[in-house]
Amino acid sequence: MEWASLCTQLLVGLSRSMILFIVSAGMSFILGVLRVPNVAHGSLYMIGAFSAFSIYTYFGMGSTGFWLALLLAPVVVAVVGFVAERLLFCHLYQREHLMLLLFTFALMLILGDLVKMVWGPKYSSIMPPGGLKGSISILGSAFPRYNLFLLIIGPLVAVFLWLFTNRTKVGKICRAAAVDREMVGALGINVSWVFAAAFVLGCYLAGVAGALVAPTVSITLGMDHDIIIEAFLIVTIGGLGNIWGALVGSLIFGVTQALGVLFWPQFAIVFPYAAVVIVLLMRPKGLLKSVW
Amino acid sequence: MQKKDKWPWLSAAILGILVLLPFMLPRFYTYIIALIFVTALLAMSLNLTVGYGGMYQFHHGVFYGVGAYTVALILTKTSWPKWVAFLAGPLAAAVVGFLIGWFCVRLTRLYFGMLQISLGSLVWAIVFRWYSFTGGDDGIHGIPMPSFISSLKSSYYFILAVVTVCIYLLYRIVNSPFGRTLQAIRDNPDRCEAVGVNVRRHQLVAIVIATFFAGVAGVLFVVLEGSVFPDLLFWVLSLEIFIMCLLGGWFTFVGPIIGAAIIVSLRTFVGIYTEYWTLILGVILILLIFFLPEGVMGFVLERFAQGRGELGKRRG
Repeated sequence: MEWASLCTQLLVGLSRSMILFIVSAGMSFILGVLRVPNVAHGSLYMIGAFSAFSIYTYFGMGSTGFWLALLLAPVVVAVVGFVAERLLFCHLYQREHLMLLLFTFALMLILGDLVKMVWGPKYSSIMPPGGLKGSISILGSAFPRYNLFLLIIGPLVAVFLWLFTNRTKVGKICRAAAVDREMVGALGINVSWVFAAAFVLGCYLAGVAGALVAPTVSITLGMDHDIIIEAFLIVTIGGLGNIWGALVGSLIFGVTQALGVLFWPQFAIVFPYAAVVIVLLMRPKGLLKSVW
Repeated sequence: MQKKDKWPWLSAAILGILVLLPFMLPRFYTYIIALIFVTALLAMSLNLTVGYGGMYQFHHGVFYGVGAYTVALILTKTSWPKWVAFLAGPLAAAVVGFLIGWFCVRLTRLYFGMLQISLGSLVWAIVFRWYSFTGGDDGIHGIPMPSFISSLKSSYYFILAVVTVCIYLLYRIVNSPFGRTLQAIRDNPDRCEAVGVNVRRHQLVAIVIATFFAGVAGVLFVVLEGSVFPDLLFWVLSLEIFIMCLLGGWFTFVGPIIGAAIIVSLRTFVGIYTEYWTLILGVILILLIFFLPEGVMGFVLERFAQGRGELGKRRG
């Protein structure tokens, strides 16, 4: 019994890690290319969850609704990100670093209140589609099917990101811009649009994570504040801007959190923070190499 | 030179007005102004590291919270003399500041800020969950205050007096040889290192001083509110203080006071009319980023005292 609960708890932690990974991969990507910690990332994630809820309700709260929400909610978030970037953010790239950070904070404040205006301060939730409802038995204890689905999606996103950054031209340009933006500009590439592409991709990932997490939590205001600090820490322990680092970081974060729940529930949220501190004390610049 | 001679008179006049204010204003406004004092001290303490030290002190709220919680815990859980609690608050904040700063000064820029956020969040998480000791997310309410500061008016004067002394001390620190060295480190750490300045030690001392004053602000918060809650240590508050510095003008001494006054009054008065005050704050911030990048005070100084002082130097 002890082993079974340990095992399920580990799996729950891993599936939580997958959500964290998708959020922090987006943040890490933006950080790597634009060199700005995107404080508004949590708000974009929240918008993803809320718009998934709206799309889900619009299409009749069934399996179709869920799959369409998963497909369209990230696009909504990407559009929000694109508008914010082209309208305002792109004029600030020459400015001092802290001003960019300040801008993303202002964006967070605005988006947070816009969500409150559009969706209101109520709790909403989504049911997983037919095939992913219920739970299966692993070593005699129940494990939700939807979490298994998350465990499959997470690595898929990682592979997709790897293919994007290594096999496509835009991805390669993004990587180059992360290392040396002047050089990329000197080669005749419009760096401003590279930044836009990176920002929109990051936002898209935040939307994906928001839509994916929607069936497992109650969708509510304030979910942005909780996720953002976790994503920050994951990005930091992984190595700023390194997407694989984000994966390692989220695994550490999710698993320590899950084990914390098992061993000392009251202080469960302290465990991941302690793990982060230990990692940072040993490797202050993160586990994997930072891109800059 | 002429300009410099005006400052003591100006400060004395402002102080005189502030002393008279509680007799003229209703209770609510007295309370708001006292809250502005507390927040202003907090923002100024942060500015010592951000504006003068050039460090990304991203999680300054932790030290504010540690100061507040220390005094609250000693007042409610022990029967020690009250003055011990009031001394222990800032000291505890400085000790935590030393411990966190000890690790942070090894890093620079964004890494510094990120490490501080993670260490600070650890403190927050412990306070947030340790129900039996800190009250968890409920916080501690109804903290008994010594009788001489139990009324709003008396606590107003207590806060005004302490904040005035602290601002004077901060002013002396900023203009001391230590303060000058700190600004030199901000502008060019490599050169300072080369001429034999111990960069890390100076930064660490600056952090300890700043966290001490943040602890003082935390104690004053308890004096004013009579309660503490974990949001004092949450990263949102830390970013808010950071914004006060940027908003008021982080390369000026009085900038953070103005930033704190703007943010506190915005939250209070816009909050009366609409629940969407953060939206308005966000819009104001964006306007500020685009049109007043040096902050309100930086703009004023640039306008009325062109080429003078630090702004000119930093631009050059």
